[in-house]
Amino acid sequence: MSIHVKNINHVYNEGLPDETAALVDVSFDINDGEFVGIIGHTGSGKSTLLQHLNGLLKPKSGQIIVGDTDITAPGASMLAIRRKVGLVFQYPEYQLFEETVALDVAFGPKNLGLDKDEIDERVREAIELVGLDYEDIKEKSPFDLSGGQKRRVAIAGVIAMRPEVLILDEPTAGLDPQAHKEILDMARKIHEGETNIIILVSHNMNDIAELSDKVLVMDEGKLVMCGTPKEVFARGDELESMGLDLPDVTCLMRDLKEHGLDVPTDIFTEKEAEDALYRALGNRDDR
Amino acid sequence: MNITGKNKIIQIKGLIFDYVQDETGETKRAVNDVTFDIERGSFTAIIGQNGSGKSTLAKSMNALLIPTEGTVIVNGYDTTDEEHLWDVRQSAGMVFQNPDNQIVSSIVEDDVAFGPENLGIDPEVIRQRVDTALESVRMGKYKKKAPHMLSGGQKQRIAIAGVVAMKPQCIIFDEPTAMLDPKGRKDIMRIIHDLNAEGITAILITHFMEEAANADRIIIMNKGKAVMDGTPREVFMDRDRLVSLSLDVPLAVELRHGLAARGIDLSDDIVTEEELVEAVCRYM
Repeated sequence: MSIHVKNINHVYNEGLPDETAALVDVSFDINDGEFVGIIGHTGSGKSTLLQHLNGLLKPKSGQIIVGDTDITAPGASMLAIRRKVGLVFQYPEYQLFEETVALDVAFGPKNLGLDKDEIDERVREAIELVGLDYEDIKEKSPFDLSGGQKRRVAIAGVIAMRPEVLILDEPTAGLDPQAHKEILDMARKIHEGETNIIILVSHNMNDIAELSDKVLVMDEGKLVMCGTPKEVFARGDELESMGLDLPDVTCLMRDLKEHGLDVPTDIFTEKEAEDALYRALGNRDDR
Repeated sequence: MNITGKNKIIQIKGLIFDYVQDETGETKRAVNDVTFDIERGSFTAIIGQNGSGKSTLAKSMNALLIPTEGTVIVNGYDTTDEEHLWDVRQSAGMVFQNPDNQIVSSIVEDDVAFGPENLGIDPEVIRQRVDTALESVRMGKYKKKAPHMLSGGQKQRIAIAGVVAMKPQCIIFDEPTAMLDPKGRKDIMRIIHDLNAEGITAILITHFMEEAANADRIIIMNKGKAVMDGTPREVFMDRDRLVSLSLDVPLAVELRHGLAARGIDLSDDIVTEEELVEAVCRYM
């Protein structure tokens, strides 16, 4: 499974006074099994791009190939694409509607026309995969749950469709630190266990740096960088000029280096930072 | 008027709040015996997990919720005193998480004027207040725009202007940045500090430690109780306590702790990243 995006363009309100180019000649490839982070300022085209990947929007020109299907070809089956590519919108808990958690998660699989046993199995599996206790929660109303739990139920509804590509649009927005951590652990677990490709959109650079194999940077509708976290976050000055931050740890290491400490700056986790500081300071003791 | 507490804009004593579940009639205690005062003109951050009682506490401070037990005095008025309900609300304004839920009008300046209009103020005075309020959130040039054309951060600034136009002595911000992007978040934090510098008492309810770092005081709520109360330095230095409450520990504190465990002792009172850099340079 892989995704190839070739020279796509998208224009909102074409021909009207407020015509805006939302995507300008965007091309990239996502390989089998990759965890991809997308960053960019609000209005940079991130969400527009996501909506192209599962066929909710069609490009004005260009081609998107998901697996072996050209989803931009005339007559491409949208149903097949949406089974393959699951999109979790921002604040997905606003889309919960059923009386019980189990019914809500079952809504998608039911519409696939699966038989009851298969649906039940998928619902159980999806609820457990998002880190909730199936027996405990299945009969509860989704509206009686906490914010973090509601969001996980909403994500389970997409996972129950068993997509090969899972897209999460700012899945941690508005959550407290504990729930934030749980959602990220969940994403990591799903990626290891089930879904082939995960695409994560986030404003949180710490999360992007820690989780992604590949980072895409959007600015004014253009894809301006594409590379590993090390490659992308090495270009800190350019990112800052686009109004984007660096991971906190990376900022700290840059600051230390400026003050004359011999430490690497391509560091994204607290553990790595601690090790680097230990090496830098420990060596001084030996002398 | 309560004369003894003149320097205290808010006095909370033994506050208990129980929510009653509709179907079963069972009660759930959201705030459990909380006592503290807020100094006039101060900046206080209240931090806690979801369900810690922090929002219930906030809503008790402008009489949106009335105590089950205990008292809340706002600017000298008891929140249970219905006669002074509007005095309480005018003394302590409130800004909520979702800007879309707080905007009532289709033109920015009308929206900001909504509050003062309901107070029956002279239209010319309202005009001035609206302009001043919009300037204070740096949205003056957007006054004729439609709110739905603005970004989340801009809408939140309009919501704040609407409260500022009521000339409150105190504003309670209930997670005002939770739904905003990093730029919107920075803008709102700067405006809250500006308003505080102009003399408005600020109470900020938040999940984000970094937003609390520049407050005068931090109160940490956990399971309905105020479990920590001190300056940011005092609170952030108590790493073990923060960990036990599942709260984020500042990066500098965490690194200092990790290095200490491996035999590199930097100064104990490091809280900010600047202090860590300084301590590392000294160590070299």
